[in-house]
Amino acid sequence: MQMTCNWRIRQRVLIVCLTALFWPPIARGGEGPFFVTYTHQMEEPGNLEITTKNVTGKPGDDRFLGSALEFEYGVKGWWTSEMYLDGQATGGDSTLFTGYRWENRFRLLPREHWINPVLYVEFENINGADKTLLEVVGTDGKDDLTGPNSEVRAEKKREVEVKLILGSYFKGWTIAENFIAEKNVSHAPYEFGYAVGVSRPLALVARPARCNFCAENFQAGVELYGGLGTHADFGLSQTSHYLAPTAAWTLANGVRLSASPSFGLTDTSARFLLRFGVSYEFDQFGRTLGRLFRNSGGTP
Amino acid sequence: MKTPLSISALAWCCLLAGMAWARSGSLVHQAPSRTEARINPLAGQESARRAGAKLFARECASCHGLNGAGGEGKAPPLRQPEIYNAAPGTLFWILRNGSLTRGMPSFAHLPEPQRWQIITWLQARP
Repeated sequence: MQMTCNWRIRQRVLIVCLTALFWPPIARGGEGPFFVTYTHQMEEPGNLEITTKNVTGKPGDDRFLGSALEFEYGVKGWWTSEMYLDGQATGGDSTLFTGYRWENRFRLLPREHWINPVLYVEFENINGADKTLLEVVGTDGKDDLTGPNSEVRAEKKREVEVKLILGSYFKGWTIAENFIAEKNVSHAPYEFGYAVGVSRPLALVARPARCNFCAENFQAGVELYGGLGTHADFGLSQTSHYLAPTAAWTLANGVRLSASPSFGLTDTSARFLLRFGVSYEFDQFGRTLGRLFRNSGGTP
Repeated sequence: MKTPLSISALAWCCLLAGMAWARSGSLVHQAPSRTEARINPLAGQESARRAGAKLFARECASCHGLNGAGGEGKAPPLRQPEIYNAAPGTLFWILRNGSLTRGMPSFAHLPEPQRWQIITWLQARP
């Protein structure tokens, strides 16, 4: 049973990688190698970016794979909206859909400054079996990842999350800091967390030729994220923290592959998590979709 | 003596006029004049022009059209004298800041040399 589940997980990873490599060249992938930290970069108006963010680890006896399928759309230059569909598979247990998230990011200042603030507001409707680990808040820890799916899925998490995203670009470096506050709408206290990240492309100057292995196509960085307790017990006690080197590779056909090994820094953190993802951006998706509807409306 | 109501109306008129001004005219004319002093460190380099063409196709062509000839939407054509004759620093300012009200995104996430490469290509007359 467990072998079958692990094989399924490997099969999915293989399919994702092969799809990325042979995807037709339509547009380019998004920017940045981070999995948890947000930068102040907004999605370009009308563009749709589709990303899978996956995380695997073995905090207990069984390995799990948490996956989020993300649809990011640039509504306006100052407003980006995203929908996530979450799911997970656990070896020796089951595979299930764990819920959805809807987030909106609003750029607060029209021009580029040394520090650029973005307000992030998210509503999530997930259950306790969710293992996507898109953020770590409060006293989230490895114990949250080990319960049997049949039991933990009964817990409903309807939460509102607010982040203040601060981002800067300095001499080719991307620097981002996120301050997170989350509240279950029906109960539970306010929970807090943070994420910070730094990254840089391996080359700042682009080469003239179209290429897969140019240094400019690779980005490397590191992110640090964790929980900060609740409003009643704010601080580092019983919280999880992770240090994660990150790398991203943008292929010439626009697909971006990224990976990040995450190392738990405290006893309550999972010791090791591996994140990996694929993303692809469809330029002017909104305009194409609008044209499709106009054409179909005009044809008798 | 002006009443608070008329002062408020005047303020609203100024705000609306300012917004209308911001949405009209070319972005080239909206860049601060101090930006004109910046020079393009890659100007005239053939490799920069070719790299700029590659970056333009990846970052800009979906709105401004292939080769900058203009797209279907609001984005203007870029192969025109106003761009050829603009100060490189002004174009650099536009790429860095964009214009959120007009749908022109900021390209500050591109490293500075890559923005200069795009400008080198834009200002090379075909």
